[in-house]
Amino acid sequence: MSLLELTSVTAGYGHFTALWDVALRVERGEAVAVVGPNGAGKTTLLRVISGILPVRAGTLTFDGAALAGRPAHEVVAHGIAHVPEGRRLFPALSVAENLKMGAYLPAARAHYRESLERVWALFPVLAERKAQRAGSLSGGEQQMLAIGRALMSRPRLILLDEPSMGLAPVMVLRLFELIRRIRAEGYTILVVEQNVRQVLKLVDRAYLLEVGRIKMEGRAAELAEQDFVRKAYVGL
Amino acid sequence: MIDPIFLAEAALNGIMLGGILALLALGLNLIFGVIDIVWIAYVDLVMLCMYLVYYLVQVYGWPVWLGALASIALGALLGIGVHLLIITPILGSAPINQLLATGGLLFFLQSFATFLWTTDHKSVRMSLPSFEVGGIFVPLTRLIPFAISIVALIGLYLFLTRTFVGTAIRAVSQDREAMSLMGANPQRIYIVTSAVGGLMAGLAGALLIFQYSVHPFFGGQFGPLTFMICVLGGLGNMVGAFVASFIMSEIISLAGVIWSTEMGYVIAFVVFIVMIFARPGGILARRS
Amino acid sequence: MRAPRLLVAVLVVVLALVPALPMAGMKQYVLHVMIQILIWAFIGGAWSLMGRFGLVSLGHGAFLGLGAYCAVLLWNFFGVNPWLAGIVAMVLTGLLAAVIAYPCSRFQVVGHYFGLVTLAVGEVIRLLIVAERDWTGGSLGVSIKPVGGDSLLAMQFADKRVFYYAALVLWLAGLWVWARVDRSMARSAMEAIGEDETAAASVGIHVTRFKIGITVLSAVLTAVGGVAYAQYISYVNPDTLSGIGVSLRIVFAVVLGGMYSLLGPTVGTALTIALSEYLRIAFGLRLIGMAETIYGLLLVIFIIFLPSGIYGSLAALLRRPRRTPVPAAG
Repeated sequence: MSLLELTSVTAGYGHFTALWDVALRVERGEAVAVVGPNGAGKTTLLRVISGILPVRAGTLTFDGAALAGRPAHEVVAHGIAHVPEGRRLFPALSVAENLKMGAYLPAARAHYRESLERVWALFPVLAERKAQRAGSLSGGEQQMLAIGRALMSRPRLILLDEPSMGLAPVMVLRLFELIRRIRAEGYTILVVEQNVRQVLKLVDRAYLLEVGRIKMEGRAAELAEQDFVRKAYVGL
Repeated sequence: MIDPIFLAEAALNGIMLGGILALLALGLNLIFGVIDIVWIAYVDLVMLCMYLVYYLVQVYGWPVWLGALASIALGALLGIGVHLLIITPILGSAPINQLLATGGLLFFLQSFATFLWTTDHKSVRMSLPSFEVGGIFVPLTRLIPFAISIVALIGLYLFLTRTFVGTAIRAVSQDREAMSLMGANPQRIYIVTSAVGGLMAGLAGALLIFQYSVHPFFGGQFGPLTFMICVLGGLGNMVGAFVASFIMSEIISLAGVIWSTEMGYVIAFVVFIVMIFARPGGILARRS
Repeated sequence: MRAPRLLVAVLVVVLALVPALPMAGMKQYVLHVMIQILIWAFIGGAWSLMGRFGLVSLGHGAFLGLGAYCAVLLWNFFGVNPWLAGIVAMVLTGLLAAVIAYPCSRFQVVGHYFGLVTLAVGEVIRLLIVAERDWTGGSLGVSIKPVGGDSLLAMQFADKRVFYYAALVLWLAGLWVWARVDRSMARSAMEAIGEDETAAASVGIHVTRFKIGITVLSAVLTAVGGVAYAQYISYVNPDTLSGIGVSLRIVFAVVLGGMYSLLGPTVGTALTIALSEYLRIAFGLRLIGMAETIYGLLLVIFIIFLPSGIYGSLAALLRRPRRTPVPAAG
């Protein structure tokens, strides 16, 4: 049984349908990417999985549990952590407070100290800036904090929404290195990215989402050979 | 020329009043910052708590401290009640409907109070001594509530910064959706926030009943003042509200002794209008 | 939703005939209630010019009170007739509206915040009126000095029917203004602003100018309504003409009737006044405060369960089911 499974998922905003009949699965320990052009619905997909956006049709199962229609705070309690697009840190709270909020769940709070130590170890830069307001961090630091905050909830699946957005190329490489490390610690990862090159080097499998539909699916190495990726080289 | 002693007394009275006004302004701001709704009927909740203390202490002879605790408890309950009964059904509605809901509550509470207790003014008689410091008279009936309000404000600060729930409340006011991604049930946070806001109203009521008499339209006295303070400090801005409370209370107090109580209010209001024009984001204008 | 001109015409004819109908001694009372409905409906319509575009003012009592007290005080103290005083009132309220609207518009003070600012302003005016009791009579209010007999110049008439037809004309004028605003460019602009201010601004719509314009228009008309009401009742009082109470009542009436339609404010005002009168009579002097309590309770219940007002809810019932969603554009 897959850790995460979506079948025939349709969702949207108001009169507008952003996702059509999406089927997707993520196995335990895997790293999976969803790539595609702007406006394809990638962010919508993650919002549907984490419960921010309701499902209009289709099923969503996480570790056997049916999660379609459940509100976000319940989905998190099942073990899915969502690092949102644009990070969505709490700007006036300090680094330490942001991480504290990541451990809001009772289960996470019980292991709060331990999780915190882990985050400081993974992101020494953040440890240096414990008391600094999150809003005053650099882009790269903010992304690290956002990921660290997600780790605080002790998730089994981490959703990453465009982590490289707004980051300098050097930071992007460092970031993906970090994601590799996290993945090595046993976390299952579903990452949505526009930076096709980098992300295909990171993941096992990938889906191509275009205009709300899954157009292609396969092992990362296979997809890297495809035309659209080659076009992306030129486009970037 | 005015005796500087009077001015000093007025300034002191202003500060002491400011402490209680700060409780009101911060309670209102707390709720708005988190839930995004202005409780127009907020000061009418204070009025209800004042009636409670009046009946418990003045009529039934309860000890003052117990009456005050009861008031705080009632405030918290009223806060939760308002949130569950009135706010929750309209959380997704247009702002105008939300404002009308809490506005309608104001009508309801004021007329219900008239029905229950008539328009007679009721007050709790307490004679406490005043003590003298360098020629200035400081009445204990003002000093003690002020001291308590400061303690409460410090308590609020500690709650918001040192506790998990308090930090969560601050987090929700900064990004509601992100907080639900942390596993926080927004409704639970709203309820806690409403309880704290109501609690502050209850405390304010307990502190006010010993200085002012209560009647169904008490909200008409302190309500507008609270709203002005909130706007002056910047709606949602806790620090701004704190500062604005004292600015307003000082203006009213000082102008009140230099000219008259009425003029005090008039000047405070004019300052308010000027401030809206000059800095509508509030004196510590930080764009929300 | 636009009420067809025919409906309005029929309504006007019917209303014009009311004073001629036999009413078994109740005529004075009926006329009294109807005059109030017409004037308050006019005021409600003025408010809705702002309300329909998202500018929720909870302080229209400020404009109402300024208008009313202007007329009364200028007459009582300086013998200035209400027509002139009305112009003064319009200028003053226009200024006040501009003073509030300008910074609020420039600094994006909207929604609850704007509501609170206007609420505070409304209360400021009320407390100012009470504070200046040497002039204004404070909370006891002040009566208009009678000129002794009928006078067009002083807007004082013994016969209610004159006031009735005057109120009818006023009400019609309000509808005309509403229809003009509705049809004009300003309306499309304001709606665009209501939807997305940044987008509207980027298309070149002068957001600030429109907001100030509509606020000033709304305020000025409300002041006129205040003058009219003061002249009819020939007595003004800070609680009936300024402050939260009256401001909220105006808004309630419009929202319950329907903010986006021509006759919405009229329907809402008629219903709320009728309700209020019914409760007042039913309870009489027994159970003081109970009538108001029920009124308040009903208002809250209405707002929670009928958020689009009566018009809106009826329209929703009659609307066809929604079409299936359009495919994603990407």
